[in-house]
Order: sequence, then C-alpha cells, then structure tokens
Amino acid sequence: MDRPAQIKFPIPEEELLYSGHTACPGCGAALAMKYVLKGLGPRTIIVIPPSCAGTIAAGFPFSSLKVPVLRIPFESTAITASGIRAALDVMGKEDIHVLAWAGDGGTFDIGLQALSGSAERNDNIIYVCYDNEGYMNTGIQRSSSTPTGAWTTTTPAPYVKDTPKKDIVRIMAAHNIPYIATASIGYPADLIRKVKKAKEMGGTKFILIFSPCPTGWRYSPEMTIRLAKLATETGIFPLYEIENGEKYTLSSKRSEKPLRDYLALQGRFRNLTEENLRRLEERVEKEREYLKRLAG
Amino acid sequence: MKEVISANQAVSYAVLAAKAQVIAAYPITPQSSIVEMLSGFCATGALKAKFINVESEHSAMAACISASAMGARTFTATSSQGLALMHELLHYASGLRLPIVMANVNRALASPFNLKADLSDSLSQRDTGWLQFYCESGQEVFDTIIQSYRISEKLLLPVMVNLEGFILSHTYEIVDLPEQSQIDLFLPPAPARECLDVDNPCMFGSTTDYYINFRYKMHQDMEKAKTLCNEVDAEFKKVFGRGYDLFSSYLCEDADLILVTAGTIAGTCRVVADHCRAKGMKVGVLRIRMFRPFPEKQICEPLRKAKKVVVIDRDFSPGCGGIFAQEVKAALQGFDSRMPVYEFIAGLGGKDVTDKDIERIIEQTHNSENPGESTWIGLLR
Amino acid sequence: MKKRYSLKSLDTLPITAISFITTEGNETGEWRSQRPILDPEKCNRCGICWMYCPDNAIHAEGGAFQISYTYCKGCGICAKECPRGAILIEKEER
Repeated sequence: MDRPAQIKFPIPEEELLYSGHTACPGCGAALAMKYVLKGLGPRTIIVIPPSCAGTIAAGFPFSSLKVPVLRIPFESTAITASGIRAALDVMGKEDIHVLAWAGDGGTFDIGLQALSGSAERNDNIIYVCYDNEGYMNTGIQRSSSTPTGAWTTTTPAPYVKDTPKKDIVRIMAAHNIPYIATASIGYPADLIRKVKKAKEMGGTKFILIFSPCPTGWRYSPEMTIRLAKLATETGIFPLYEIENGEKYTLSSKRSEKPLRDYLALQGRFRNLTEENLRRLEERVEKEREYLKRLAG
Repeated sequence: MKEVISANQAVSYAVLAAKAQVIAAYPITPQSSIVEMLSGFCATGALKAKFINVESEHSAMAACISASAMGARTFTATSSQGLALMHELLHYASGLRLPIVMANVNRALASPFNLKADLSDSLSQRDTGWLQFYCESGQEVFDTIIQSYRISEKLLLPVMVNLEGFILSHTYEIVDLPEQSQIDLFLPPAPARECLDVDNPCMFGSTTDYYINFRYKMHQDMEKAKTLCNEVDAEFKKVFGRGYDLFSSYLCEDADLILVTAGTIAGTCRVVADHCRAKGMKVGVLRIRMFRPFPEKQICEPLRKAKKVVVIDRDFSPGCGGIFAQEVKAALQGFDSRMPVYEFIAGLGGKDVTDKDIERIIEQTHNSENPGESTWIGLLR
Repeated sequence: MKKRYSLKSLDTLPITAISFITTEGNETGEWRSQRPILDPEKCNRCGICWMYCPDNAIHAEGGAFQISYTYCKGCGICAKECPRGAILIEKEER
C-alpha cells in the first residue's frame, strides 16, 4: 500500500476553537464554527446571541474561542456586528473582520428585523447563520427554518410542522447585498472558500451553513457528515452563491439520490406522511429549476 | 457663547462637544430633532462619528452596546415607546458595565397614546442599573450630558439624562455653549478599559453562577456614584461657573412645608413658594436632580427639618402611586418615620401644572392633618 | 488569553463576566461511551478525520494523526468518514 510521505491538511491548519467545549458529540454547529474561523483567522471579532453557539462558547470564566467574543441579546446579532464595525471605522482599524454568528432561530425569526436593517444599510459585516433547523439550544423547538413534516417539541407528532422552511436566501437576495452563499459542513473546503471570498468584500455578506444536529434531528452522531452531504446530493440543501442579488453560481451538482434516502435516516421525520414527502419533493424540484434558470 | 436654542438642540450640541464617536438612533416624537441635528453634524463632518440609522430603538441600544464594548464613546436618544422597547437592553448595557450616555425626552407611555411630558417612561426603567438625571432647563441638559460622559466613563455605568417632552425639548431658552477647548479640558477622551481586542481576546457577557457577585460590584459602584457625581459637578462648577448638585434646594432651611418634585414643575413651585412667603407661609422647594442612585441621605437633611413634605409626581405606578413619593417616603423612613408625606399626582400626559394647581396643593396640605390617600390634580369632575 | 483575574475574591473578579480561561481544562473525554481506535498501518494520513472532528481531538504529531482521548467524545464521525476504514469503534471500558 502506498503511503504519502507527508501528512495532509485538507483545510487551513490553525485551530481557533479550543477543545473542551460542551457541544453535543457529533455537533454540526461546532464544525461550522471551526471552519468559519479557519477561513477568517485570528483578527476576527465575533458576536454571539443565546444559541447552541453561545453554549459552545462556554460559561464564565471560560471561553472556547481564540477570538474576542461579545455575547449579545437574541434579537440583535446583525446590529451588534454593525455597531462593532462602526467603532472600528471611527477608530481607523480596517484589518479586522466582524463576524455575526447566529442560528436559524436567531436569524429567520427573532433576528430577522436587525438582519434586514444591517443588510439594507449594507453594513460591512459577515453574517453567518448556522442552520440546524430548530431552536436546539432550548430543547428542539420549531423555528421557521424547520422543514415540512419534521417533529420538534413544539410540533409534536402527529401534528408535525406543516409549513415549509422559510426561504431566507431569497429574502436576503432581495436586499441586493454583495454576497450570499449557502454552504455545508459536509463540504468544508467549499465552505472555507466562500468565507475567504466574503472576507475580501465590503458590505454585508450572508452565509447560510447547513449544520445537522444529532440531538434535534434524532440520528446517531457519527452520521453528521453523511447527512450533510446527502442533503446536498438529494437537492434539499443546494450549494450556490449569489453576487449583488443577481449573479447565481451553483457549487453543488445534482445527483440521482432520492430525497427519501436523506429523510429516512432521521428520527424527526418518522411521522412523515406521503403528503408531506410530496410537498418536500416538489419544493426540491421547484428550487432546482429556479436555480438552474438563474444560474444560466 | 450664548445661544437661544431648544433643549433638544442643547442635547445635540452637547453630544457634538463631547465628541461622541458612534451614534445609533431612531426617530420618535418629541426626540427626533435631536437625532436629525446629529445626523447633520455627522454628514458634514462637524462631528467625526459614525451615525447608524437603525431600524428600531432596540437596535439603537444594541449598536451602542457593541460600539461601547469596542471602546467607542456612544450616544442615543429616545422617548417613551422607544425607551420601553429598549428595556431589555438597558439591563444589558449596565450589566456589561458600559459607559453609554442617552438622552430621554420624557413622554407618556401608550396606551392610550399621548406624546407629551410624563416621567413614567424613564421611571419605569429605574431598576435597569442606569444612572438617572432629571433636568429643568436647556442649560442643565447641555451641562449634564457633558458631566455624564465623565461620570459614566469613570464609573463604567450608563447614564440617562431626562428632559420633559415639549415643555423642555421644544421651548427655546438662553443656553451658554462653552468653548470647545474648555470642554476638551473637562472631558478628555475616554480612559482605557477592558474592551474587545483581537490582540487580547476574551469573551464578554457569558453565563455565570457568579452573577450575584457582579451585581454586588454594581451595587458598590452605584453607591460610589453619589460621591463621584458631586466631585464631577464641583469640578464642572470650577471650570464653567455653574453646578447643580444631586438636588436643588430653595428656601428649605426654615420651611414648614417643602414641595418635592423633579423637572420643570420645580420652576412653577419656586414662583408659588415666593408668593407664599410674601403671605407669611414658610414654603420651600426641593428639586430632585439625580434619581438613580437615589440620594437618600442627601435629601433627608433638608426634609427632616420641615413639618410637612409634599411630593408632586409627574408619573404614576399603578397599584402603588407616585414613584418619587415612594422613594422619598422610603428615604425618610430611615431618618424620621413620623414625617407626614403628602402625595400628589399631576401633569400626566403633559397636562399643564399651573401656579394655581400648586397653590391648591399647598392649601390642601396646609389644611389637612394627615396625608391620607394621594390626590390627583386636574381630573374631570 | 491573558490571565488577569482570578475567582478567589470579589476584588480579583473582573467587573463583569469577562472570561479569561480557555476550555482546555475541561476533559470532555469523560463523556464517552465508545472510543475510536486508529490503526496507523491502515492510515494514509489524508487528514479527513482531523478535518471532521468537532472537538479538534485529532492532532498531527510526529508525522502521524493521533486521537486525544482527553477530549474525544466518541461521536464516531472519524470512523464513519475514514476512506480507509482505519478507525474502528470500540466500547469504552469504565
């Protein structure tokens, strides 16, 4: 068997997330944080609202992050990042990245007003939403990011969520900000490429990172990366970029895998009706066509 | 240089003079002209600050918090609904020990809607850990904002400067605007403090079971605030020739009856007190300027010499009564629990409190042996 | 992270909850009910396990990847993703 002479690091080596953090085993959110910080480097200031990320960042007197962190109110992720940028600008410090870091609850729901405000002003921040499709930190309650048919503690079976996942990417595209990307922890190199692209730009950049959650989605933790990849392969979480609200570039390819393959691995979809499966499949198809048309 | 300006304009000039660095603001009557003027200063470069046109007052305070955590000198202004919307973040700002200065133009809280002067908006925030001043003139507003930056940056607690909607905010008075060089001497750039710093990373504001200890440290520093505010005021007086103390006392030394109030009602009280004196009634007026921390010992000194204390509240806490009255009674409890405190509620929703109203208050108090229930002035019959 | 403060007394605390110690003292390996075992013979040092570990519990040392049992929570992602099947999962003996 041939062995490479050198050890390989598929992504940048430096760790900015310390071990010893209290994320669940197999946590997608922790991986999202690990990768984004590798993309941005140590000259980054991060704001974190109450969320899994807040818990992962640790309690006083500890911190699991090697960058300065401000723990901020739930609604205010985007605007607190904007406030930091304003202070940096007035102090003449230009080479520092400002990272707004929130989950889907803090982005699609309670944080949407502030996000829309910062995007409309085109404030120079990088806003990352790690999407685990629910309020996981408070115990798996549904958010507007929870997909159709999913069990959560506030959409208990058989009264599972019957409304579709909110299309946050289209909402952000309507703000015509310089850069939007969807990314996934299943594809770290692509994720980091997008982060590095964003950090070279001014204005508001929005990155949505698919972050499977073993605890909330009810699957065995070792499947986190498999699920992340399957979501993209089945088309339910396509990877693409939007520049200035207009230029669409796909970064993932369509595969032949049926959506069932992805859904069947998760306990939260155990009560999935045929009706809801059909709705999910329709939405995947619609989005595929829409993206194909826009990417040209 | 003396100018004829509104108190709102005085706020804007003070923030300009203080060289604020980040201003995040949202409009609300009767405060909007403050932020309009400041946005003009920022746009022309007269004030070298970043002006963030936020999408709500909640975001305005959030931006001040994060900018302040970076070490910037920040400012915002609001009123009633906006202040109420910020409530969550007021706790945040004081808990993070951030020096932020905010002007609040006192306005009644909905519902029903009323845009006029009422102190209930800021008094509803009395537990948030902010220092609170209540001003009665445009000059005092200007001076207090300058003082507040010194105080908040030393104490590491945020300060709220209150001025009544329309009565102060929109009326024009002579205000002496000092030379910038004098201001710079009194108010240098903020001293260095623990901030977000990529060269020295740490996390601010995490979860903790040491919570009670941090609250105690805040309590200790709130206690220090009374002395500090006096020191800053004394220095201000030396430099600019005028000072305000934590409260102002007028003809209280030999008064039988002392009127206690805040804001512009005090001015009317003083006019009436003069009339009373002319008629042989010994009336004094005590205007409380600093409400948080509450200057218990300081105001009890003049009050305990009187026979009757009258509190006039331009505010109301449902189920409890006038808020200043509660605080005065609690303060007196430690010094003279037998002192009768007569409670009056007046001027809510900007209702004019006239000299006739004050005369009626004095007469009623004079004629009743015991305080009884609180009396409301200006109701329909 | 400079250690400027301590938890000894009120005076040595910071003014508010300002964290000043890293989480590296927290041995999350205690959580494990199963552990990954890396076979160095089968390993081709591609770095995929290192990349996908949520706890940064896999390090490069002396030209090889090693699993740190101080921090490994036993999630099993490394075993699942290893293209060579060089990592096997075993029950944690306690």
